[in-house]
Amino acid sequence: MKLKLKIWRQNGPSDKGRMETYPVNDVSEDMSFLEMLDVLNDQLVRDGKDPIAFDHDCREGICGACSLFINGEAHGPGRGITTCQLHMRKFKDGDTIYVEPWRSAAFPVIKDLATNRGAFDRIQAAGGFVSVNTSGNLVDGNAVPIPKDDADKAFDAATCIGCGACVATCPNGSAMLFTAAKVSQLSLLPQGKPERKRRALAMVEQMDKEGFGNCSNTGACEVECPKNISLEHIARLNREYLAATVTKE
Amino acid sequence: MSRSAILGSSLTKKYWMALTGLFLCLFLIAHLAGNLQLLDMSPEGQLKFNAYAKFMTTFPLVKAASYLLYFSILFHAFDGILIAIQNRKARPVRYAKENAGANRSWASSNMALLGTLVLVFLVIHMKHFWFEMHWGDIGTDADGNKDLYTVVAAAFGQSWYVALYVVMMAVLAFHLLHGFQSAFQSLGINHPRYTPMIKNVGVFFAVVVPVLFALIPVWMFVHRA
Repeated sequence: MKLKLKIWRQNGPSDKGRMETYPVNDVSEDMSFLEMLDVLNDQLVRDGKDPIAFDHDCREGICGACSLFINGEAHGPGRGITTCQLHMRKFKDGDTIYVEPWRSAAFPVIKDLATNRGAFDRIQAAGGFVSVNTSGNLVDGNAVPIPKDDADKAFDAATCIGCGACVATCPNGSAMLFTAAKVSQLSLLPQGKPERKRRALAMVEQMDKEGFGNCSNTGACEVECPKNISLEHIARLNREYLAATVTKE
Repeated sequence: MSRSAILGSSLTKKYWMALTGLFLCLFLIAHLAGNLQLLDMSPEGQLKFNAYAKFMTTFPLVKAASYLLYFSILFHAFDGILIAIQNRKARPVRYAKENAGANRSWASSNMALLGTLVLVFLVIHMKHFWFEMHWGDIGTDADGNKDLYTVVAAAFGQSWYVALYVVMMAVLAFHLLHGFQSAFQSLGINHPRYTPMIKNVGVFFAVVVPVLFALIPVWMFVHRA
């Protein structure tokens, strides 16, 4: 396959950045999108040019490192996949493909297509955990009965890999799906319940502080999420936060 | 309640958006029910409509509700503008290519635009009827009531005015198409059994209410004296 890539190049956080065009030849349809970029980078290095910076790690869809807004969609066309799971057979010979970084005030570009998603870590650190007293009276988690439905929903929420596709896709740049998944995962389980109010308030406060936009229920995040996290979790966060706000002392 | 309970966080802004929005939906039903009387263009119908208009502007309970309504409209608009500005700031650099159609409805990503158009329409609409009814010099009918009917009939005798109403009702339809079901999600109401129902009711509401509203000027134009 021969492709024309239009890729965002930005030398650093303070650089203005611009789209540049790169032709790539000899692309196999069995390559993943990241492997195709590896081929392009090899070519750039051979030509003595600066290779394109992009995030990647496990390359099997579970780490959340790879990002990329491809042809106007987070992780490109296809549902329930990350960019490393996107294969070139999804494109046609001669296609022009736009490749851009996640666009969000809260995810500043480090270089080219790599963004700083530290905002998610700070939301998580604000309350996305269970404080357990480990001084000798620890109860085996399996000894606590949990309804199957709750366990399943908590697990669905826990599949969030924190890639940021929800933010990138949302026309408002909102981080609600991520924050909702993290709040849901814990508030559904007995271990997470004691801190549920404090958690909902603290995580939303941090989310707002990071400069993410306001959710307007477009549902775009749910469609583009590589882990198919449901909008039900956003509704749960809305309930958790409402209850916490109204009963707060 | 603390400051965050009013407009402090992104979520409280949504709660107020939903609550005021749903209240405005209730108002639409009441407003429509009253205005459908305009379809009766007989002399008795005209007197009945004027008596109804008098009741709506003088009965204390309705007056109290109308103040809540004015507040809701202004708050819904103010909250919406605040949200739109913050959302714009959340993405300072736009995408060169964005395939919005792949993951969301057109209405859902244009609520601010649709809402602004509805607000502009409201100003025009209230200037012509609400303001005239309260402070205008509009004369009285045989029963001694202010003759609002004649004001309405004169306005809807002009083709451009009818066209404006029909277009604006289409705008309202798109705003409701997303807004109705979105309000429930904002308030945390999302359930596998009830959400599909809410969405269906939302579509029905968003189509039927604006169509019936648009029918009034069209009907009055067609049957004009």
